[in-house]
Amino acid sequence: MALKTETMVLNMGPQHPSTHGVLRLELEIEGELIISVKPHIGYLHRCFEKHAEAMTYPQVIPYTDRLDYLAAMGNNFGYVVAMEKLMGIQVPERVEYIRVIMAELQRIASHLVAIATNGADIGALTPFLYLFRDREYILSLFEMTCGARMLYNYMWIGGLSHDIHPDFVRKTKEFINHFRPTVVELNNLLTFNKIFIERTANIGVLPVDTAINFGASGPVLRGSGLAFDVRREDPYSIYNRLNFEIPTGKGLVGTVGDCWDRYYVRVLEMEQSLRIIEQLIDSIPEGDVQSAIPKRIKPPKGTVYARVENPRGELGYFIISDGNLNPFRVKVRAPSFVNLELMGELCKGHLVADVIAILGSLDIVLGEIDR
Amino acid sequence: MKNPEEIFELLKKEFGEIILGLDKDTPVDPIISVDPKHIQKVGAFLRDNEDFKFDNLMVLSGVDDANGTKTKDEDGMDTISGGTLSVYYHLHSTKLKHKITIKTSTYRENPEVESVYNVWRTSDWHEREAFDMFGIIFKNHPDLRRILMPYDWEAGFPLRKDYKNPEFYQGMKVPY
Repeated sequence: MALKTETMVLNMGPQHPSTHGVLRLELEIEGELIISVKPHIGYLHRCFEKHAEAMTYPQVIPYTDRLDYLAAMGNNFGYVVAMEKLMGIQVPERVEYIRVIMAELQRIASHLVAIATNGADIGALTPFLYLFRDREYILSLFEMTCGARMLYNYMWIGGLSHDIHPDFVRKTKEFINHFRPTVVELNNLLTFNKIFIERTANIGVLPVDTAINFGASGPVLRGSGLAFDVRREDPYSIYNRLNFEIPTGKGLVGTVGDCWDRYYVRVLEMEQSLRIIEQLIDSIPEGDVQSAIPKRIKPPKGTVYARVENPRGELGYFIISDGNLNPFRVKVRAPSFVNLELMGELCKGHLVADVIAILGSLDIVLGEIDR
Repeated sequence: MKNPEEIFELLKKEFGEIILGLDKDTPVDPIISVDPKHIQKVGAFLRDNEDFKFDNLMVLSGVDDANGTKTKDEDGMDTISGGTLSVYYHLHSTKLKHKITIKTSTYRENPEVESVYNVWRTSDWHEREAFDMFGIIFKNHPDLRRILMPYDWEAGFPLRKDYKNPEFYQGMKVPY
């Protein structure tokens, strides 16, 4: 007679250090083996979309900061791009240059957190401290510019809240010179570390067709080998004038689309962001950063969907205006929200310990998932 | 690569009455309206046809059009009856690089739209969110339950324009 076996349900979270916020994963396991994973979200829901309907258009911007709080510049960027598209505002060159520099610095800062926490979750604590040291440098640059370290409210519809500090250009160049060697250091310390490769290579393999059908974007999609980047695909601001490459997963140590590929795409993207900043930093045109800000922001009746490439993927704003001073509807297409759907698909057949590695490689921020 | 007018003409030729119209008045992107009962068929066609290849659903959003009759109650809050709720689909083709917006409107009193779960898996959570926030029922969705609000939230659908907060939830006072 066969032994009676049954699966067990294990709750991971809502309070778990590797969920990066308040996320509950309902794991159905058989021994150590995952049968299914069901994410339960909504613990951080704070009605952003309902709030936005009661605010005037500029008042929504500070709320967008709080969606993806590790990449607040990117969130501001997406919202103002959408609004400027709807209202037909032409933004001065100087503003565009500064916006792109800020967005790319933010991308580096955000990827540093992603890489650091991905490593820390599976036991590599040393890189975590090194990378947070470098991120601090970027946060100081932001603090110097607009006074805030995390939630900036920096990009306004048609302009910026502050011009850059006289020292900004010099300090940014200093940062680039300081940061390049640390990427090499990171590769020695973590990327090609044997234990790290063992934990991430061939884990959570995502085929490219599945990735597209699930709507994945950002490093998650590019890790699967498709060179899809909104900055290139659907250029906004001045990205069509810039030279940069789109790194994709190549399966260097395992299979294309595994956790390590997603991780390594982020490492390579930081280098590309440095390249973009270098192209712009010496040639920021003169001008007034507030000259194009409309006195009264009252867009015409209509709808707009605009998307930008945030560190976590495609961030979209769908805005409906009914011709009043406050939006009729604001819907945010949060990249983490869509990427997290993949959890159930990626974890099948892996071990409980791999769930942590997979979740880390998706790099979610619960602030924008729950909104 | 096709522009919205060409896409509209081709859809009209294929489906006839199901395709309701093309709205060109918006300042940015034109919108094609489709019958909510047949959206799945149109979606599958848009995804698989050689001329379209819309393999990527960027976003699916529910909207309360608030175009019914409004009556004010004693607190000054609106109650809306009649009118429509809408669902917007923003599609993009990673292969042919074109984009299109599809819209479908359903009745506020009995909001039913066909699910596109089988066409684009992205729609899974987005449809759950639209159900959670607007109460739009997506037919044939395998797992339609609340997603952002608590599972036992009984006070209605928060993003509807006439939503009213409940006094209490699980014995806790809601308005602060």
